[in-house]
Amino acid sequence: MLTSALGETLERSPLGFILVRFRERQGLAPLFCHTAGAEAGGEREKMARNSNSNRDSNCLRRGSTGPFIAGLLALFSGAANAAWELNLQEPVTAVARRVYELHNLLLWVIVVIFVGVFAVVAYSLFYHRKSRGHKAADFHDNTTVELAWTIVPALILVAIAFPATSALVDMRDTSEPDLTVKVTGYQWKWGYEYLTGDAAGVKYMSVLSTPREQIENKAPKGEHYLLEVDRPLVVPVGKKVRILTTANDVIHNWAVPAFAVKTDAVPGFLRDTWFRAEKEGTYRGQCSELCGKDHGFMPVVVEVVSEEKYAAWVGEQKQQLAAVAEDPNKVWALDEQLALGEKVYATNCAACHQANGAGLPPAFPALDGSKIATGPREAHIEMVLKGKAGTAMAAFGEQLSDTDIAAVVAYERNAWNNKLGEVIQPAEVKALRGK
Amino acid sequence: MQATSHTGYAGHHDHDSHGHPTGWKRWVTTTNHKDIGSMYLWFSFVMFLVGGAMSLIIRAELFTPGLQYVSPEFYNQMLTLHALIMVFGAIMPAFVGFANWMIPMMIGASDMAFARMNNWSFWLLPPAAILLTASIFVPGGAPGTGWTLYPPLSIQMGMGMDMAIFAVHILGMSSIMGSINIVTTILNMRTPGMTLMKMPLFCWTWLVTAFLLIASMPILAGAVTMLLTDRHFGTSFFSAAGGGDPVLFQHIFWFFGHPEVYIIALPAFGVVSHVIPAFSRKPLFGYVSMVYAIAAIGLISFFVWAHHMYVTGIPLTGQLYFMYATMLIAVPTGVKVFNWVTTMWRGSLTFETPMLFALGFLVLFTIGGLTGLVLAMTAVDIQLQDTYYVVAHFHYVMVAGALFSAYAGLYFWLPKWTGHMYNETLGKWHFWLSMIFFNIAFFPQHFLGLAGMPRRIPDYAQQFADFNVISGIGAFGFGFSQLLVLFIVIQTVRGGARAASRPWDGAHGLEWTVPSPAPYHTFEDPPHFDQAEAHG
Repeated sequence: MLTSALGETLERSPLGFILVRFRERQGLAPLFCHTAGAEAGGEREKMARNSNSNRDSNCLRRGSTGPFIAGLLALFSGAANAAWELNLQEPVTAVARRVYELHNLLLWVIVVIFVGVFAVVAYSLFYHRKSRGHKAADFHDNTTVELAWTIVPALILVAIAFPATSALVDMRDTSEPDLTVKVTGYQWKWGYEYLTGDAAGVKYMSVLSTPREQIENKAPKGEHYLLEVDRPLVVPVGKKVRILTTANDVIHNWAVPAFAVKTDAVPGFLRDTWFRAEKEGTYRGQCSELCGKDHGFMPVVVEVVSEEKYAAWVGEQKQQLAAVAEDPNKVWALDEQLALGEKVYATNCAACHQANGAGLPPAFPALDGSKIATGPREAHIEMVLKGKAGTAMAAFGEQLSDTDIAAVVAYERNAWNNKLGEVIQPAEVKALRGK
Repeated sequence: MQATSHTGYAGHHDHDSHGHPTGWKRWVTTTNHKDIGSMYLWFSFVMFLVGGAMSLIIRAELFTPGLQYVSPEFYNQMLTLHALIMVFGAIMPAFVGFANWMIPMMIGASDMAFARMNNWSFWLLPPAAILLTASIFVPGGAPGTGWTLYPPLSIQMGMGMDMAIFAVHILGMSSIMGSINIVTTILNMRTPGMTLMKMPLFCWTWLVTAFLLIASMPILAGAVTMLLTDRHFGTSFFSAAGGGDPVLFQHIFWFFGHPEVYIIALPAFGVVSHVIPAFSRKPLFGYVSMVYAIAAIGLISFFVWAHHMYVTGIPLTGQLYFMYATMLIAVPTGVKVFNWVTTMWRGSLTFETPMLFALGFLVLFTIGGLTGLVLAMTAVDIQLQDTYYVVAHFHYVMVAGALFSAYAGLYFWLPKWTGHMYNETLGKWHFWLSMIFFNIAFFPQHFLGLAGMPRRIPDYAQQFADFNVISGIGAFGFGFSQLLVLFIVIQTVRGGARAASRPWDGAHGLEWTVPSPAPYHTFEDPPHFDQAEAHG
């Protein structure tokens, strides 16, 4: 195959050599598919696609991208290495498809304009150069031409405005949804709460599940590195899902490229958007508004499942809700509380205060030996419940149950060098909530 | 103070034989537009290297997936300072430097209108630059909010944020004083016979830019002051809990921020409008329409701000209005590109370094403008907002647009400033290295953005790895190529072939009628102005 031959040539070139060696050292998939063998190539393609949807997507993408650019890049990519994505992700909603097509249309318009203008420039550069003995003309005005190149671009813009307007009107029509989910941005995780539909009342947090070792290059990176969470948003296929966004601390942005959904989550305000996924699968996006230190580590994962699977999932969630409905009067012993507290700490606190309690001062103070964590317990519980204004310390009262807060406070008062030996009962937290 | 007034007095009698303070005092007390212009240019180059070094830290971290060299907090600080330093410390002062050097010489004035205020508007810059860069070393570090400083994130930052706010205040004062100076100089000090419509185009672009600055800098100052009171004095302009709105800040910021884009771009257009005719040996095509296009761009730039905010939840009607208004800007911008192309048409072209940079500007700025058209479409922008597509787009406009045009101006006027010709071979090397590495660095970012890689992240998913390697190679190549210009300029200042008063045979304008190097004082009596040196 031609591309494969070119790939080999390129691999032998200095740049290719550097890239291949470099990728080997980093433990990444090989760059050139013929080196890697078909299997690795396939694996890589799957990774790149970033969703487990069908193969035919590639035809769409390759077919409709400007072949001019695609050809250029195909040189580098060897055979079918889809990591060299050249266009928007494969759309799985009607709105995303319209956006995809609108972008392709625009790409062609700008390529044609660019080629047209610079063909004239190229002609001048070649034929009107002094070294070829060309003498300069002396014209400097031409009203007809100047009017023409003011009016013609204006007409092109008016023509583009029609599809651009109708796509946008579609995109903003959030009326008559089948179910509504409230999405809350936290530093640095997402909270999902089903407001209507069968799952109404189901509510949970969705946190990055990529292990720290992979991020710190101490372990090989997984297939969905940084794009995986412990609990994705689950929605049924073919249903209109309305997403309400808001945030708890700073502005976040909930984005899923395959749905053409990207909406700011503004603290204190509600925004809305919608999608109707046409294909089952897992779709991945990321927070798209700088929200502080772990902005790059709060992915959005949406699992689109069949009606039956969705019904089963809802049943499971409801059961779990009933099962974990805590007995607020339970009296906890130190050991079992510390075990729970450690888990709550790892999910909610360790990003800033660190697993070893040393924090990242001065923005994120240490808890090990701190005044709050070794001082009066009421002040400590209040800090966790209500947060600290003007800092990144969130009010966890809205996010965590009394049991969880009691456990995490107890953990912080007993871990590291804070050996206070205190047990905190959920009832104490409850008593402080109202104040 | 004494030294300054003495200089002014001596200056009336004798050009440069005696009476000037020497050594460091000359530079601190100078009111000479050429000295101040040189200081602006050197300052901006130093800041360019500082900001550039920060961008290399960013690209080094992004070279491979995983966290390698810096923590996410420090990464955020680097991307914030890189942008603030490049915009306020490098590009803007560079064009003010050109304005100081060239506007009096182009219009036949002896100096800037307010020579002493000119000194102050320069000397405000170093303290601001120190505040900004020193914020890295205070507890909590520099702001990690991005140059847009959006609250509530900016409310969470440490005292580095306050330092940045004061730096912005000082820079704003400097810009406003500089602008008032430029407007007054252009409107009052033109030599007899030089009507506005015969004025060199660089002066026109600066006239419009100065008005944009005077109108928009106070708005930025207001926005950051509100941020400051929200942070320390209990106000709630941007906090919903106190009845405010975080999105209000974005409206105010971008009401400044969009004109700011043209504050940077317009003087660049001006420089290119001098270089292209000179090396085409043909007058600029469509002078009058150029002037109208500049004015139109300046005006429309105040009515399109929310195209930076399509995903913030502004209403549909708002999105539609801002989309149409943004598309409208393409018309005058297109007119300018067509005029430059037609200026070259049937000219007698040569390709010295200034012309190469002007052509590089034309190609790359057009690419940046065309991707801007794509981004103007709200529906498409929602896919591309906050991705690397936007990063690629504005670097094509800012680096290729503003920086390449600044280099075109630098090589074009360097013989006039120093009296020596620069090394043409090295100049061409500088151009080709910059051109090639720039595209290696930034073109792949379009693809990263389309594939969905968000901007402002220190680590990324594996499918983005390949393009990031290429982009990193390009960025390092581009960064180190810029050291070449430092060498070339120092070499030219120290020696080289003597430059004629008009080293470019196709160049027109009063600045070419004085000897090279330009004497310390020029045009103490208004020069005779005739059609031969007229623009338009």
